[in-house]
Amino acid sequence: MAETSTLSPGEIMLKVENVSLRFGGVKAITDVSFDIQKGEIRAIIGPNGAGKTSMLNVINGFYHPQDGTITYKGATRAKMKPYVAASQGIARTFQNVALFKGMSTLDNIMVGRTLKMKSNFFWQVFRHGPAMTEEIAHRRHVEEIIDFLEIEHIRKVPVGKLPYGLQKRVELGRALAMEPELLLLDEPMAGMNLEEKEDMCRFILDVKEQYGTTIALIEHDMGVVMDLSDRVVVLEYGRKIADGTPDEVKANQAVIDAYLGVAH
Amino acid sequence: MLYNVLIDPFVQMAGAPDLFVQTIWEGLVAGVLYALIALGFVLIFKASGVFNFAQGMMVVFAALTLVGLHEKGVPAWAALLLTLGVMAILAIAVERVVLRPLVNQPDIILFMATFGLTFIIIGLGEFIFGGEPKQMIAEELGLPQGTMRFDVLGGKVLIQKIDVAAAVIASLMIAALALFFQYTRIGRALRAVADSHKAALSVGISLNQIWVIVWFAAGIVALITGIMWGARSDVSFALQVIALKALPVLILGGFTSIPGAIVGGLIIGIGEKLAEFYWGPLVGGGIENWVAFVIALIFLMVRPQGLFGDKIIERI
Repeated sequence: MAETSTLSPGEIMLKVENVSLRFGGVKAITDVSFDIQKGEIRAIIGPNGAGKTSMLNVINGFYHPQDGTITYKGATRAKMKPYVAASQGIARTFQNVALFKGMSTLDNIMVGRTLKMKSNFFWQVFRHGPAMTEEIAHRRHVEEIIDFLEIEHIRKVPVGKLPYGLQKRVELGRALAMEPELLLLDEPMAGMNLEEKEDMCRFILDVKEQYGTTIALIEHDMGVVMDLSDRVVVLEYGRKIADGTPDEVKANQAVIDAYLGVAH
Repeated sequence: MLYNVLIDPFVQMAGAPDLFVQTIWEGLVAGVLYALIALGFVLIFKASGVFNFAQGMMVVFAALTLVGLHEKGVPAWAALLLTLGVMAILAIAVERVVLRPLVNQPDIILFMATFGLTFIIIGLGEFIFGGEPKQMIAEELGLPQGTMRFDVLGGKVLIQKIDVAAAVIASLMIAALALFFQYTRIGRALRAVADSHKAALSVGISLNQIWVIVWFAAGIVALITGIMWGARSDVSFALQVIALKALPVLILGGFTSIPGAIVGGLIIGIGEKLAEFYWGPLVGGGIENWVAFVIALIFLMVRPQGLFGDKIIERI
């Protein structure tokens, strides 16, 4: 499903260097550097307000950092528009689900195909000729994703009516419909029960295995993070305090202090 | 008194069914035109959450441009195309100068910006085409003239051909818009933007492009509304007050619903004509101007989200 990338597994897909982001006097991110390798699951963790979501927003172009650079697939840039990020294969989900509430599951995921659709407007209005062929091809693709995420039964339901766990799944589906090379997941398991979390873990691993998608995820559930991720970067107060494999991070004193607090 | 209010009007309706049909028809035509104006508001409100105060002025401006170009010797059909071009330029300009710098600002600021836009368009229109009322070039555009008579229930009903044309054209345009919203990639993107800006951005939809398209669509609606209203009265700046009539329609139909705009427009149109004709004489007439707002007020108390609008449920 994912487009063939020029990168092979293990190579650096995205490199964040010395990025700083401020909102007026508030420093959201200060001098953070890390990288994401092709084909890995990279976790970004840290206490609330550590700048994790801001980091994702920088990567997909919602925020423009004041300092630092981001190198994606070999091209270095200081800032990028969300449109460009999306068309170069960066997809994401949001911490508080951002779906198109009035539209059905199917339509929501179809919107994820927007950038892949090329047929002209005239044919689209009349649902004929090239537009019909295209619509069918995209619909098939979307149905595959729906099968993959096991949400056949809610295909036609307006997503506003779905329970939270399923909404998160639809949101993942919409991101997958973009055939991303880099998938950014902002707390994909927030507010889920154990069973839903297990399902979501399975989907994330399957996405990585079946489609070879590189994944960066923010998550608070440490069990999930340690199980899923290949490497973990830890932020606190906008600074990077640790970076490494789950085991290394677990043993890091700065991380333990950040999570448990230090005696004064 | 009670008899005069509650019973007598219905006795009149039953007594002269041809007059009743005539009144309904008049209301229907007015309703279609109200629906058109409301549609312009709904389009922009859906996609950008902005209540576009300038919509009424856009109607006048579009009509004025069309007539003004024709006065300067441009053939009617060419003037129509040129006016479309002008509306496209207006859409691009609004996106560049007004919307883009104000993105992410509170709705009230954008609303005030459209307020300002209204006066810029008024000034522009007066500067280029002058302030005096003009005749709509309905005949030159090939719109039918004259009246038709039908025998209905033992009486005669008079129907203006231009009204029939207005109803047909409005229906066609509404159908086209519905198809556009439902089935095209851009239509889907428009609905997506209406629901969530950030989610739309994340899948690679360009907000700037969507806004231009929406404002252009609203411009086309404004042009058609301007032609139809202009053909029934003059093309003048006084026309913009009809935009006020869109408010009760929107309250009735819901600010985000295209079917709501249509049904709301028809209810208001028919409602005010019936009220004027049958209940108006009780208070000396002239109630057409305010009865729509009374209907809207009553509606607000019962169903604040409108007939088809999104019900607002806040989780606390």
